[in-house]
Amino acid sequence: MSAATVTGTPAPPPTLMTPGALAGTRTLVGFNLRRDRVRLPVWILALFLGTLATADKYATLYADPEARASALATMGSPAALAMTGPGHYLDDYTFGAMTGHQMLGFSAVLIGLMNVLTVTRHTRDEEETNRAELVRSTVVGRHAHLAAALCVAVVADLALAVLLAAGLGAMDLAPAGATGSLLYGLALACAGLVFASVAAVTAQISAHTRGASGSALAVIGLAYVLRAAGDAGGDDVLSWLSPIGWVQRSYPYVDDDWWPLLLCLVSAALCAGVGFALSTRRDVGAGLRATRPGSATASGALLGPLGFALRLHRSVLAGFGAGLFLMGAMYGSILGQADDMLGSIEQMEEALSKTGGATTAESFASMIIVVLAVVASVHVVTATLRPRAEENAGRAEALLATGLSRVRWAGSHLAVALAGGTVVLLLAGLGIGVAGAASTGDSGLVLSLTGATLAYAPALWVTAGVAVVLYGWLPRAVQAAWAVPVYAFVTGYLGQLLRFPDRMNDLSPFGHVPPLPAAALDWTPLVVLTLVAAALILFGLEGFRRRDLRTR
Amino acid sequence: MSKAISVAGLHKSFGRTRALDGLDLAVEAGEVHGFLGPNGAGKSTTIRVLLGLLRADSGASQLLGKDPWHDAVELHRRLAYVPGDVELWPGLTGGEAIDLLSRLRGGADKRRRDELIERFGLDPTKKGRAYSKGNRQKVAIVAALASDAELLLLDEPTAGLDPLMETVFQDVILQAKEAGRTVLLSSHVLAQVEKLADRISIVRLGRTVQSGSLSEMRHLTRTTVEAETVRPAEGLGLLPGVHSVEVVAEGSGTRVRFAVDGGHLDGAVSRLASFGVRSLISHPPTLEELMLRHYGDELAAVGHGSAEGDLAAGSTR
Repeated sequence: MSAATVTGTPAPPPTLMTPGALAGTRTLVGFNLRRDRVRLPVWILALFLGTLATADKYATLYADPEARASALATMGSPAALAMTGPGHYLDDYTFGAMTGHQMLGFSAVLIGLMNVLTVTRHTRDEEETNRAELVRSTVVGRHAHLAAALCVAVVADLALAVLLAAGLGAMDLAPAGATGSLLYGLALACAGLVFASVAAVTAQISAHTRGASGSALAVIGLAYVLRAAGDAGGDDVLSWLSPIGWVQRSYPYVDDDWWPLLLCLVSAALCAGVGFALSTRRDVGAGLRATRPGSATASGALLGPLGFALRLHRSVLAGFGAGLFLMGAMYGSILGQADDMLGSIEQMEEALSKTGGATTAESFASMIIVVLAVVASVHVVTATLRPRAEENAGRAEALLATGLSRVRWAGSHLAVALAGGTVVLLLAGLGIGVAGAASTGDSGLVLSLTGATLAYAPALWVTAGVAVVLYGWLPRAVQAAWAVPVYAFVTGYLGQLLRFPDRMNDLSPFGHVPPLPAAALDWTPLVVLTLVAAALILFGLEGFRRRDLRTR
Repeated sequence: MSKAISVAGLHKSFGRTRALDGLDLAVEAGEVHGFLGPNGAGKSTTIRVLLGLLRADSGASQLLGKDPWHDAVELHRRLAYVPGDVELWPGLTGGEAIDLLSRLRGGADKRRRDELIERFGLDPTKKGRAYSKGNRQKVAIVAALASDAELLLLDEPTAGLDPLMETVFQDVILQAKEAGRTVLLSSHVLAQVEKLADRISIVRLGRTVQSGSLSEMRHLTRTTVEAETVRPAEGLGLLPGVHSVEVVAEGSGTRVRFAVDGGHLDGAVSRLASFGVRSLISHPPTLEELMLRHYGDELAAVGHGSAEGDLAAGSTR
């Protein structure tokens, strides 16, 4: 069963399958499932129950034909199509079609996230922490880790597919709803598999979990933005470049096409194959690129706490900045079409005039800007929680044993989070502003949309404040800080589609920001949010000053 | 203030685990103080309390005349710390990490930094993730010793270093001592402590069980004596403080071997002289024997020899 080579012969060229390359996979699958016995069920149940609850909500929201007709009109706008899926679903807008149209793309992002994190956790993270070395020294083949990680992803995806097929199938969402439900579940599973196999590749390229999952998540983001641009602009070619676009084009409850799923399976198999092949070309623990020697002395910029924090954050910061700029530009470029199409729909005009006489492009932009701000807040939470990661890794101890005070150390990371979040937001605003101005021919949009995006900065600061309070007083619960962006996303994005009551928005810092440029600028909430953020940060730092540092 | 470190009755619990249970420690300025005890005895916890990284539940502690929790930052400018398990930033080179730590500590002697890197044979251009355990340790040691810190807190600093580097480390510490710096050295390398330390504290289960200079400690414990005598040395076992006497006939004379408590050495040796001593060897207890004395019952519990005597002054439980 072992992959031993004969001694004395020169090392053979890398081949994909050496005897026993998969030895131990079954044991590792069991082991991985045990390690994920809480994490994966939580993911799966959250996705399952969220989908069921949403599908159920459609039945109550759109019970009478009038409501459905109005939904049809609203959903046909490019803005709505960008946030949901291709317009063909609207041809027969049953509850099932609504679910497929509005939930499939969004759920595909989430299941992609689950798959990427699962695969990198069981491959690159194991290598980076040297646990893989220990395991690989036993009778475990060279492909066993990756194979086991992918198996776990398949198990999780199929479990969700079965649950969704059964749950949605029992809901009478459309005529012949059982087939549609099965297709819906399997489509989602296929999207998950594609992104799992993408992570199988990125885990070989980058030597770090952060880099491996970051680049795979960037692929998900790109896939989403491509299909958004394609669906909103009615340009199918762009959508066909995206795996999320593929699964949406299986049209569950409408056409029940199965073959886009085949496309997913083939590309997943190809990607996974590339992952396995690449893994034979590198050493355990190493990435594909050889590490180069660096500087023997520290540059002046590195030597302050702030410069040091910036150094640790810079690559993630650059990634978010570039990503958000592109995302903003992508949405900005369809602003012109939004203006043309929406303008012709009487009903929309009427609804929009209620929000203060804004143009359709402006109201579309204000919907998109919330989403951009929530994505920027993901960076803010990551950056604010970085001190905790440093502390857990045992690296804070050596620094805090020097003349660096705790407040200055945590404060320097926080400064990067606050300023970095604002810069990322600015870039997103510039993206949507510049591209928006170009597509509508209204150069005033550059300033107004950039300003509108920056108005969310105080909300980002409050998000950071919540994370700091947890860090200072409840360091074991810091991950709870993710509740802020998740909640803001659910209310800000889904809330718009599902018409959540306004008071749900009030709980989120993002809900208090005036939705510029559609609404008028009101400084009061922005000042209040800034003060709240300052208070939270001071309170959190005080807690950090008083508690034990986590040591090993 | 001649005491660099003074700690009395320190308590610290983590949940139900009692890490420190009334620990005492006194380190004079300018001395190298060995801090001994098995894993989990509370050595690292003590050092982290002294660094203000952990807050003691009760007890008094002073570092260079200041409070380690309240004056942490001010104190950190005057001390340097080497953890036993050094973690580095994966994207930073060793050289950058050394400069960063030195700078945050308040600057370092550039010439000394380069000299130490040279002596320890460290490649400062490698990235943190590429270093082995021993090389990560070297990074922290160089960063600490390149500074002008008056107090060095070393928590098993040479874990993972090879014997050659161990020698370099001992030289460097002796130099630091000559320069008048105070060193608290927690270590499992007993030969290292025996060579470097002026005084020693042995901890067990969060308490100090013995403290003093090596010679004082030796005085409190047994010396092994081996002698060749003309006549069989009889009746030695009846003397106070003499233990485990073995007499073997050998050639024209006899060989005797016994252990004697430090305070009774004089009586035993004078009695021995009356049998006509041809040769005499005496072994002072090694540090290892001193240590084992305090942990004999633990060894017995794991089936490794028996508890030899209960002389451990202040031994608890």
